[in-house]
Amino acid sequence: MDRETLHRMLRDMLLCRAFEERAAEEYSTGNIVGFLHLYPGEEAVAAGVINATGPSDYIVSNYREHAHALVRGTPARQVMAELFGRTTGMSGGMGGSMHMFDRERRFMGGYAIVGQTCPISIGIAYAVAMRGLPEVVVNFLGDGAVNQGTFHESLNMASLWRLPVLFVCENNHYAIGTEIHRHSAVPEVFKRVAAYNIPAEKIDGMDVLKVHNAARQALDRIRRGGGPQFIECETYRYRGHSMADPGTYRPAVELKAHQAWDPLTTASRELEFRYPTPDELAGIGRDNIKLFADHLIDGEHAVESEIEDMRQDAQKIVDDAVQFASQSAQASMDAAWNHLYQSHRHEVLI
Amino acid sequence: MSQELLYWQALNRAMDHAMAADESVFTLGEDVGLYGGSYRVTEGLYAKYGEWRVRDTPISENSFTGLGVGAALVGARPVVEIMTINFMLLALDSIINGAAKIPFMSGGQFKMPLVVRVPGGIARQLAAQHAQRLEHTLMNVPGLRIAVPATPQDAYWQLRQAIASDDPIILLEHELLYFTKGQVDFVAEAPPIHRAMVRRSGRDLTIVSYSRHATLAEDAAAELAKAGIEAEVVDLRSLKPIDWDTCAASVEKTHRLLIVEEDCRFAGAGAEISATLTERCFYSLDAPAQRLAGLDMPTPYNGALEAATIPQAADIVAAAQQLCQAAQATKAA
Repeated sequence: MDRETLHRMLRDMLLCRAFEERAAEEYSTGNIVGFLHLYPGEEAVAAGVINATGPSDYIVSNYREHAHALVRGTPARQVMAELFGRTTGMSGGMGGSMHMFDRERRFMGGYAIVGQTCPISIGIAYAVAMRGLPEVVVNFLGDGAVNQGTFHESLNMASLWRLPVLFVCENNHYAIGTEIHRHSAVPEVFKRVAAYNIPAEKIDGMDVLKVHNAARQALDRIRRGGGPQFIECETYRYRGHSMADPGTYRPAVELKAHQAWDPLTTASRELEFRYPTPDELAGIGRDNIKLFADHLIDGEHAVESEIEDMRQDAQKIVDDAVQFASQSAQASMDAAWNHLYQSHRHEVLI
Repeated sequence: MSQELLYWQALNRAMDHAMAADESVFTLGEDVGLYGGSYRVTEGLYAKYGEWRVRDTPISENSFTGLGVGAALVGARPVVEIMTINFMLLALDSIINGAAKIPFMSGGQFKMPLVVRVPGGIARQLAAQHAQRLEHTLMNVPGLRIAVPATPQDAYWQLRQAIASDDPIILLEHELLYFTKGQVDFVAEAPPIHRAMVRRSGRDLTIVSYSRHATLAEDAAAELAKAGIEAEVVDLRSLKPIDWDTCAASVEKTHRLLIVEEDCRFAGAGAEISATLTERCFYSLDAPAQRLAGLDMPTPYNGALEAATIPQAADIVAAAQQLCQAAQATKAA
């Protein structure tokens, strides 16, 4: 994989992490209100998959979608401004954290009804297929969504009509607070997908390179007419389901074990692949985050300083986004009424 | 140039003309293709336009309606047929949380040119799970529009207009209207989709109704005329929005208001119509506005009981007479 792609993916992941941690702070101070579902721990999935898509592909996401929008290229300013409910936000302050849309980048929305993304994705894909276009719809969903009827109904239709959809399951093992063995009779999601005659594979969602390769190959298969594809990315969120959830249902040892496999650490190790000594690589054990921080502090390798620069750049982007958001105008009631109905030319009565 | 058509044929022509005029129009639903539609509305379209534009779906109401929502987001113009309104309950997430909200939630970035066609109402002894109305639920959803054609001409016009619209529109078709006849003019300019129509002019009272019961109100008005009562019949044609100006003008002329609906009385369309017109026309009314509505009861299978749960033409006549007498008494006092 070329150095540029590796750098871009790491930059994306660092930006997502910095953005979400800052969002949590802004939530604590009351600048962001409502439900806020954060992404730390899962960055490798967004960065790996979305960097494999082209500009004419579509992204459909759920309510944990800030990172998906950021990786897709929506400026952090607009994402943060939406969280602040400002007129400059992605959705003009009408949607908030769970309902981000960016039509220009074919970012088709964040949806807060679990499983609702599936019918919407196959609908976009249906229109694409009806017109014979080479575009693909990427549908992000969680392991909680696989128990909704819409998931199964949509997989069935996608397979029946060979619709161009890449389903990406971000399996973080928790449906809000219920662990997967307590919510799914068959905890291997990809096995359930096989029932619909859709190729499905399970990959390490903490490894951005594996995610990226799997997504690239799946997208290629779809574009060659192979019909819908499914990848299950095993991942983990470091925080609770939302800011309203302290995550106390998870054993401390489980959280710690997963943090050792931080996707950021895994990605930066890959970037350094051509620079560090074999000894240093071998020295990367379970405590990757600590080792990563040590590298940053030491600054002995050019790559490490680059990474530090990236980290600082990400922080600057986020600082700027917060400043932009807080200086933007509040969304107005006039705008709200304007957005309600689109057919103004047929409008005679309201 | 008009011709006589059945209501289902008018809908069929509207589909055909819309699909011929615009490649982005397609329809999907249970048995709409090969079978031709359970009320024949899509008859012949599968052969003419092929499976991508006339798509038979599995029995998955929420997801195929949601498919329509997704397709509408990228500029297709889907016409989703839900076999009966009873099954629409399964699709309400796609309609309410999806179609009605996405244009708004996105800050106006996306349009929602979605039409959902649904047969409904009380037909002939289909029992509780196949004989109900849901306008009360749908009317309470901001972002939706609801059209309720009562005649073949309106069926043609309103379906064409709904397909052309960039807002999500539910077309409530009454199962007992499919085989009613009427003149349909394909060329004449249609009134706005939400405009109410005065079906019969009168001076003594206003009867506001919609869908099949608007036709019953016309029958009742003919009966009332024999007894010297001239009823004005307003067919709403649209339940969201409602053309209040046409209703209010009529009430201000007749000073008496009778609202007739097939749906259950409690918290139904009639309650909204009564409240708004009373607020607006209070000082014009000679008597309190009256509602004649379906009973708050699941529809029984038994034919006589079924008929007793919804207003019949004779009930409308009786209610109108009573309202006129009450108004006379109030005036005399």
